[in-house]
Amino acid sequence: MTMGLDLHVIWFGLVGILLTGYAILDGFDLGVGALHLLTRKDEHRRLMINAIGPVWDGNEVWLVTAGGALFAAFPEVYATIFSGFYLAFMLLFCMLIFRAVAIEFRSKLPGRRWRQVWDASFSLASIGCSLLLGVAFGNVIWGVPLDAQREFAGSFLGLLNPYALLVGVTTVALFMMHGAIYVALKTEGELHEIARGWINNTIIFFTVCYGLTTMATLLYVPHMSQHMRDYPVFFAVPVLTMLAVANIPREIHFSRDFLAFLSSGATMVGLMALVAIGIFPNLVLSRPNPELSLTIYNAASSPKTLTIMLIIAGIGVPIVLAYTSSIYYIFRGKVKLDTMSY
Amino acid sequence: MDPVLLSRIQFGLTISFHYIFPPLSIGLGVILVLMEALYLKTRNPLFQQMTRFWVRIFGLTFALGVASGVVMEFQFGTNWAAYSRFVGDVFGSALAAEGIFAFFLESGFLAILLFGWDKVSPRVHMLSTCMVALGAHFSAIWIIVADSWMQTPAGYHVVQSVLRSRAEVVDFWAVVFNPSTMVRLTHTVLGAWQAAAFLVLSVSAFYLLKRRHVEFARTSMKIGLIVAVVASLLSLVTGDFSGRVVARYQPAKLAAMEGHFPASAPAGMYLFGWVSEAEQRVTGIGVPGMLSFLVHGDTTKPVTGLTAFPPQDRPPVNPVFQAFHVMVGVGTILIGLSLLGAFLWWRGSLFEARWLLWIYVFAVLLPQVGNQLGWFTAEVGRQPWIVYGLMRTAAGVSPSVTAGHAVASLVLFTLIYLLLFVLFIYLLDQKIRHGPLADDLEVAYHRR
Repeated sequence: MTMGLDLHVIWFGLVGILLTGYAILDGFDLGVGALHLLTRKDEHRRLMINAIGPVWDGNEVWLVTAGGALFAAFPEVYATIFSGFYLAFMLLFCMLIFRAVAIEFRSKLPGRRWRQVWDASFSLASIGCSLLLGVAFGNVIWGVPLDAQREFAGSFLGLLNPYALLVGVTTVALFMMHGAIYVALKTEGELHEIARGWINNTIIFFTVCYGLTTMATLLYVPHMSQHMRDYPVFFAVPVLTMLAVANIPREIHFSRDFLAFLSSGATMVGLMALVAIGIFPNLVLSRPNPELSLTIYNAASSPKTLTIMLIIAGIGVPIVLAYTSSIYYIFRGKVKLDTMSY
Repeated sequence: MDPVLLSRIQFGLTISFHYIFPPLSIGLGVILVLMEALYLKTRNPLFQQMTRFWVRIFGLTFALGVASGVVMEFQFGTNWAAYSRFVGDVFGSALAAEGIFAFFLESGFLAILLFGWDKVSPRVHMLSTCMVALGAHFSAIWIIVADSWMQTPAGYHVVQSVLRSRAEVVDFWAVVFNPSTMVRLTHTVLGAWQAAAFLVLSVSAFYLLKRRHVEFARTSMKIGLIVAVVASLLSLVTGDFSGRVVARYQPAKLAAMEGHFPASAPAGMYLFGWVSEAEQRVTGIGVPGMLSFLVHGDTTKPVTGLTAFPPQDRPPVNPVFQAFHVMVGVGTILIGLSLLGAFLWWRGSLFEARWLLWIYVFAVLLPQVGNQLGWFTAEVGRQPWIVYGLMRTAAGVSPSVTAGHAVASLVLFTLIYLLLFVLFIYLLDQKIRHGPLADDLEVAYHRR
């Protein structure tokens, strides 16, 4: 295995960056959704929805673009994963649709029943989406049965194995923690105090899940720590990730919500890096026949296409980052309800 | 049931549903730019009121476009895995470029459009409107590049890769500007402009008939009418170009569009008709030699017919024939309605012509029908190929997806899309009823 910085490695990194961007951005709005039912006050619920109002659409675009990039750079992985995890992804898409509709429709009518139904849809769909995304990741870490044609040879129920479910629950916890910090960051007064309580509880929830996942990975998925044994320098990544997690309650204690949010984002970067280091150079590990795995080499597009896509990304991504951060800057500060609100 | 057929039905259902919304976003983007530019120039609050109203409608169509579009981005992988493996090197780039150049732009700046009225200066708001419109058009460009490559593949070669033989890019610009990209792009975008223009006409006509928001409705109608006239007339031109490209690169599709069977004979064009594939005959009324004239400029020159192709290489004839002819009919009616409106406007009696206003209220459906049937003609006419002449549709389907899976997802999508459609109509109706002054109303019930 070479560790040189060739096109395949660059694209492994770029797809990873897009997925990390997705996790950090859509992660907080999925998390806000997961927490939605924990407050009963209509005004709080509206404030929470409007805190993500201007940005949740754009956040979802990261998933779409990550999908497009995966298709362009590693078409074999795109084909295997999405046809293999067919029912899981169909469920995910339906929940994403449901969630979008719930955000859009909830506040259109004042009726109690109407709002309760959409509130429940929004929250359950947010939890469901986070869980399924986590389960998909769990399966990529664990490995899935592939045949000689690299087609998925397992079953839907096989995807719901205990390890994948554990990663799924951990993802829900992570997004809830991230979302709680976002709510604290964007609100004031009573809701702000409630959100601080959520942060405490979700940090505990996440830390427990993360600990369990780490133990399960070390015990049952030894290939994930192989690179770390080979290159001990990578051990810095889990250490930094732990420090990032530990820093969150500290920042919250000093009421530096924005730094806490950054810390939680850094946690996600660390976790994605851990997954990337663990699976490299595989993209879809075949279990039980590792020789049938899809790697960044056998699953990739031609060097020519990877180069073209690199140019496209080189032009597009800086522009996207520039205006996306400007837009977040424009919408900085505490959320207020006005005539254009949801 | 056959997984290939089920996957085709699912793709058709999801893309048709999705395709209600992007044309409205593309066309409303242009109309919003016009309205807000007029506001910046004149500082007349009426134009700001118009912009705010149509931004809200835009927001609704965009939200539904995103919700139904997420599925589209992944459906090549879920249901057409063999296709994705074969063409990913070429086709994937266009989809990724769409995400990077179009979706981020559109969704990012839409936030400012919808929620940024008091947070940015009018100029920055105008810039955002332009970016949203640009993003919507970029999206059209890249998706049509991808789709046109399936119609007239170029700039690639088929080689043995690590795992299997597949199509790889040789010349990126030849992929992007494949022979049908430009004609199909212009024709599609003009169809989108008509969809939005007729939505504006419909809502304005409704207000005029109800004598509500009269000043707002008159001005909106004028803007809508200008876009409608330009787009419907230009559509005729691009449609003609498009036909010639089809004649040159996809003769079997052209033959199916007119039900032309003889391998090589002069061909006419029907106004309407019915194709009997068994008897290889069309019953209908048409102009003899017209197709030959449009393709070659000579009514006696031969046009390649369906019998020049082995039966397994022919598209279904009557469905393509009907879709094409209804589309052309709709296009013609739209030109007529636009010109009639423009004529009455010139004569100064447009807003009193209640019969025409009533027609406009319902004519909003016509461009939608035209757009859907246009796609239908293009994609069913491409059959039995998924990539014309290169890969058959049946070979593109996912081997690991069973009929049971496909039925489950099809039922799921049908139900969700039905719900979504009902809610869309309901919300659109609400926004229209509230009208441009809805700001006050919304405050009233939100603060309740």
